[in-house]
Amino acid sequence: MSYIAKPKVTHPGLPRNELGLTVRDYEGGMSTLCAGCGHDSVTSAIVQAAFELNLPPHKMAKLSGIGCSSKTPAYFLSQSHGFNSVHGRMPSVATGANAANRGLVYVGVSGDGDSLSIGLGQFAHAIRRNVNMLYIIENNGVYGLTKGQFSASADVGSKAKKGEENLQPPIDPCQMAIALGCGFVARSFSGDKQQLVPLLEAGIRHNGFALIDVISPCVTFNDHEGSTKSYHFTREHYHPAIHADYIPPAAEIRAKYDEGCAMPVTLHDGSQIVLRKVDPDYDPTDRAAAIAHLEQLSAAREIVTGLLYIDESKPEMHELNKTTETALNKLPFERLCPGRDALRSLQQRFR
Amino acid sequence: MSTGPKDNDFTIKIANVNGTGSASANALLMKVFFRMGIPVVGKNYFPSNIQGLPTWYEIRVSGDGHLGRSGRVDLMIAMNAETYQKDLHELAPGGYLIYDSTWPRHRQLKRDDVHILGIPLARMCNEHFDTARARVLMKNVAYVGAVAALLDLDMEVIREALQRTFASKQHLIDANLTAIDLGYNYAREHFQCPLPFRARPMDATAGHIMIDGNTATALGCLYAGATVGAWYPITPSTSVMDAFKSFAEKYRRDPDSDERNFVILQAEDELAAIGMVLGANWNGARAFTPTSGPGISLMSEFLGYGYFTEIPAVVIDVQRCGPSTGMPTRTQQADIMACAYASHGDTRHILLFPANPEECFYMAVQAFDLAERMQTPVIMLTDLDIGMNDWMCRELDWDDAYQPDRGKVLDAAALEKMASFHRYLDVDADAIPYRTFPGEHPRGAYFTRGSGHNMYGAYTEDAREYQEVVDRLRRKWETAKRYVPEPIVEYSEKYRSGIISLGSCNDAVQEARARLRDAGVGTNYLRVRAFPFTDEVQQFIDAHERIYVVEQNRDAQLRSLLLLETRCDQDRLIPVLHYNGLPIDAAAVTDAINEDLQKGVAA
Repeated sequence: MSYIAKPKVTHPGLPRNELGLTVRDYEGGMSTLCAGCGHDSVTSAIVQAAFELNLPPHKMAKLSGIGCSSKTPAYFLSQSHGFNSVHGRMPSVATGANAANRGLVYVGVSGDGDSLSIGLGQFAHAIRRNVNMLYIIENNGVYGLTKGQFSASADVGSKAKKGEENLQPPIDPCQMAIALGCGFVARSFSGDKQQLVPLLEAGIRHNGFALIDVISPCVTFNDHEGSTKSYHFTREHYHPAIHADYIPPAAEIRAKYDEGCAMPVTLHDGSQIVLRKVDPDYDPTDRAAAIAHLEQLSAAREIVTGLLYIDESKPEMHELNKTTETALNKLPFERLCPGRDALRSLQQRFR
Repeated sequence: MSTGPKDNDFTIKIANVNGTGSASANALLMKVFFRMGIPVVGKNYFPSNIQGLPTWYEIRVSGDGHLGRSGRVDLMIAMNAETYQKDLHELAPGGYLIYDSTWPRHRQLKRDDVHILGIPLARMCNEHFDTARARVLMKNVAYVGAVAALLDLDMEVIREALQRTFASKQHLIDANLTAIDLGYNYAREHFQCPLPFRARPMDATAGHIMIDGNTATALGCLYAGATVGAWYPITPSTSVMDAFKSFAEKYRRDPDSDERNFVILQAEDELAAIGMVLGANWNGARAFTPTSGPGISLMSEFLGYGYFTEIPAVVIDVQRCGPSTGMPTRTQQADIMACAYASHGDTRHILLFPANPEECFYMAVQAFDLAERMQTPVIMLTDLDIGMNDWMCRELDWDDAYQPDRGKVLDAAALEKMASFHRYLDVDADAIPYRTFPGEHPRGAYFTRGSGHNMYGAYTEDAREYQEVVDRLRRKWETAKRYVPEPIVEYSEKYRSGIISLGSCNDAVQEARARLRDAGVGTNYLRVRAFPFTDEVQQFIDAHERIYVVEQNRDAQLRSLLLLETRCDQDRLIPVLHYNGLPIDAAAVTDAINEDLQKGVAA
């Protein structure tokens, strides 16, 4: 975790967003991850996305589990509350936090060990409840903090640093999320900020659970020859299927897209994602087709990226519960306590 | 053994097969005594099963107001052929047994020292009711009728009770009244009515209610302003959330929009349930989770997290018989140690020990206040006996002037005036820091972490910085002693022996003390209501030569906790233990104390 304070020096020429904040206002403490770690690129993409979305930093809550990836919330948005929970249990904390106050932006950062092994159950159930949050998996196929054991996302045949081969099939969080009914499923690469930033923005604005699985290589334990989660392998097999551009509400769509290939999807708050299909026959609104496509390309060792599946129509947790609009933690006590007379009369039935 | 049976002092036990609709008939019978003004308690001994296994309901009628388990049966209603032999055996000498004489009894099943009353319940109901379901159900109501004749119950009260239960369904009222009459008339015609012991109307139940602890706990959570409840279904705590849900649906819906101002999360397991509770409390809502022993085991990692990161949480542990799955539908107080120090590392938790449903209500409210004042998880330990049985207690009252104690929380206005905020600084020298909620103010932001942190909230692996924080947590524990409920002490300088007990042992202990007093043995009594132990506990220990520690577990867990957390000599604390899954009775206490006194005489 970061305990080195970053000097707060802002260049006067730095651009400011609608809140008058610069990118520096969205940064956090100094990263203590290995030099070149993919996770640091994801951190910087999150900073960029929050800046571009004009998010008031304190209106975001950032949560994580345990592992290298889960350390990263300390490295962005130092003016946001952070919750570094226990291993694999961030989804439950995020669910409870969201239950208490539906008015904040919730960003969860997890890893492949945290989400696909120890936390697989909580990951699945947060999707099932459709908790309104962005859930990022920084996926590198290994346990970094314990020095390089395979994780559940390691591919069959992928080699560990010392040559050991992984024999067990990987769990693909994207396929799993689509199968579980997640309404926003994307995959990206820490080395492709162009693709990642708009996906993060759209994921934050999506109403409900948004999953972004980010291939984020571990430079120390999984970036060698024979690894299928290395920078080299990922670049070689990188297969963008759908590119997403995030368009904030009321902004004009300026970019030109080819008819038939561009597909605007309106989000809950009026913003839009314009999807540009790289694979012309890929339909990211067709659940079965999305799974089939992923299955097919992963068999060919291709890493399919972009916004893989979207369904904006699913009600999120509070809509399903018919919760009041006011954050529960803001309700005055008088509205919560039925009072003395009610207690008297309800006890009639205990006589 | 109590001296009964006599008028208004006897125990009825009804042996049924579960899933045959006996529960409502038995509850009706229990309520009739209550409405006749006679103190009564109903205890359910049921299987971990839905249909087809033996189940018993025990009604103790006690004009003297002793409402623990009596440990004897004076009138047995043996409706289950499978357990008939055992039920017959359990009946006290001179007692009465009712059985369904539609079918002949096995010749070997007999006892000469009891009275056997055969009533052809099935045959009568078959003749009077058409459907198979009605015939099964009405058999139960018919034995209530027979008991009414045998114990001289007020028929008007029975009629009224049926009317209240079935309100607008006249055909059900009629059917039930027919069945009552069948049993009543048969008993009057064939037996000497009433029996030598009978019910006599009193005026001892006014201002009282019959309620189970789980319902009372749920009411406490509702009145405390809890908005988030997370849980995983587990016997015997399930009815806490069932009750909370039904109360919340009634009292927490917006009158205009019908929207809910609460969220109930049925979690995927107890690990998630406590995670949700911590997340919600961290975010400024009052949140709770009801569970039982196995759930506490699963929650342990997060409980340590809550302790170290100082997040309030309310956990209700309705204890059942352990270890492991144990006996889920039997009672025990065997989670005391597991809760006190739940989780790895130096961890300790505030515990509350209500003794009955009335205290469940008030202590549930107090649990939220304590959790937020002390910024730590609070575990309220009830048990199956309190949680699921019908107890007579004083009507619950509420002070409309009550405002929740949210503890030290800085809001946006306060933060605006501050130069900086640090989460774990001991500003007021009481070891309780200030906290902030997400979304309030950028200056309030901090990073909650279960890893080593210093007093400013930053990550640390520095020896001194780490120790500063854990030492302050220990000092905060001392502060907690000022806020937890004090023990209930009954003390006289005359007596040299004391009893320390907790929770649902209370009624048995009080009854035992009365019996011992009658035999010339006076005892003082301290009922622990919270952990950490307050100074009164130490004073009580210091003031006695011998102290009997009465509790419902094998390993004397309360005694262990007292030895660990007070200054006391091992030999002075005599364990008095009851742990077979049934609620403790007074005899368990008197027998142990008498035995110890005998030893003293012999030595």
